Amino acid sequence: MISELQSPIGFVHTASEPSGDVVAVAARAGARRLGLRLLGALVPIAALLIAELANRAGWVTSNLLPAPSDVIRALFELGWRAVALHVATSTARVVAGYALGATSAVVVGSAVGLSRTARAILDPSFQALRAIPSLAWVPLLLLWLGIDEAPKLAMIAIGAFFPVYMGVVAGIRGVDGKLVEVARLMRLSPFALVRRVLLPAALPSVFTGLRNGLSLAWMFMVAAELIAATRGLGYLLTDGREMGRADLVLAAIVLLAILGKASDAAMASLERRSLAWRDAFEDNDSPGGAR
Amino acid sequence: MSLPLALRGLFREGAWHAAAPFAEGAHAPGAHLDGDAVLDVHVRGKRYGERTLLNDFRLRMRPGEIVALLGASGCGKSTLLRLIAGLDSAYDGHVRVRGRAQDAPSTDVGFVFQEPRLFPWCSVADNVAFGQSGTAADGVHVAALLAEVGMAGRERALPKELSGGQAQRVALARGLAGQPRVLLLDEPFSAVDAFTRMKLQEMLVRLVQRHQVAALVVTHDIDEAAWLADRVLVLDADSGRLRHDVDVPIVRPRGREGGMLAAARARIFDALRDAHAF
Repeated sequence: MISELQSPIGFVHTASEPSGDVVAVAARAGARRLGLRLLGALVPIAALLIAELANRAGWVTSNLLPAPSDVIRALFELGWRAVALHVATSTARVVAGYALGATSAVVVGSAVGLSRTARAILDPSFQALRAIPSLAWVPLLLLWLGIDEAPKLAMIAIGAFFPVYMGVVAGIRGVDGKLVEVARLMRLSPFALVRRVLLPAALPSVFTGLRNGLSLAWMFMVAAELIAATRGLGYLLTDGREMGRADLVLAAIVLLAILGKASDAAMASLERRSLAWRDAFEDNDSPGGAR
Repeated sequence: MSLPLALRGLFREGAWHAAAPFAEGAHAPGAHLDGDAVLDVHVRGKRYGERTLLNDFRLRMRPGEIVALLGASGCGKSTLLRLIAGLDSAYDGHVRVRGRAQDAPSTDVGFVFQEPRLFPWCSVADNVAFGQSGTAADGVHVAALLAEVGMAGRERALPKELSGGQAQRVALARGLAGQPRVLLLDEPFSAVDAFTRMKLQEMLVRLVQRHQVAALVVTHDIDEAAWLADRVLVLDADSGRLRHDVDVPIVRPRGREGGMLAAARARIFDALRDAHAF
């Protein structure tokens, strides 16, 4: 904002000291970025304050919309041991299911992306399977795998599979033919072509798929735990509803939000580090923190 | 000395060219090079749908020679480079480099494209060493090449940190990394500004002389062809045949101005008009 108040004479003056000017401009840009980020906190903070105020003033029924302080209290009443157990259970399910789904998606997607034959054989079937809303698998998975961990992991894996699959296939098929031509001139073996050209070039799209798949993995974890579970955040949601404890439900939602955001931020940070070579618009002004 | 040889000598000195607007009718194109040819191309024809390009196209080049290839879009210039590089072997004829058939890519032929085509995830040094083995992949060799193209000390930079001209310098270094005998360049300087283009042209001449490669340059720029090349080949727009083979007998280092250069430009211009390039 200072820059807009500066007179033309002021600019001439600062221009004679380029290094100081550069530092000042950078500092101003940094401050502006921080300011913009803080603006994003405005709405949630206001919402929390209003919810708290509405509760204290008795404008809403607090057992349906509990005050933020009640939600925090509910978490403390559960005790950190119980909270940790639920969080750890859910996280472990997401990690295992996601690893299963994403790994098989990378393998199948690579085959479909790289081989015309594999594409002809597999892609139509996978596109058809993709058209099925994944939750429709639930009854079948329960019939086949019981109500133990297996159907939960299978559901999470199915949820994570398709976004990753799509990202891998699109990434490999979208590789710039001009780069492949250079690789041909360099007499790369088919294996080296995949490892040194196709996979790195496909990586941005693969990461998009991985991030979408991760958020779907969290979603399917909740769906699986809502159906049958004795612990986990989905269980906490069901339990809260059955006991009429909106504060517990909201506490579980808050925990899910934190976990989802944290895991996506971790993935985004991995993506930024892996794709540091990319000459992309979005990377130029985000030196840290997830989008 | 036999008479034809003496005539040929005259030819290469350029005594004829200063006077005659067209000299190429007097000899078979490409035939005035003998046993020291490093590149020997004879394409009887390349089918392109209904058309046949490069009908009976012959080209022989010696080490250190620069030949410019001009012609209208779609007349077969880039196709010819792809044939020579071994990227396309579906044609009637042969390409020999040092007497060996070149029907697949080999280290004997380097290629520089219109765009730098650097691998964005590889550093500058890794791009130059990409796909090379032995000494060609050696760090010292790569650093020396980068120094030759004016990119010393930028080994660890990523392509996104380079300007267009810098990236094309790296692409040139990569084209030479395998110690090729033939360097193919497909409009290599058309995407950079005029000043950078002149610097890159001068650098290319230095590199060709030092590495003694035969450089075949596709270009649309008459000034570039006249300044850069020892010979300018003009393909016919309609038939894709070699229409003219214009010698540019100007000693190096060449100035950017002068009567010889202007005369060469005029001859190339006439040849292009004759080949229906515009």
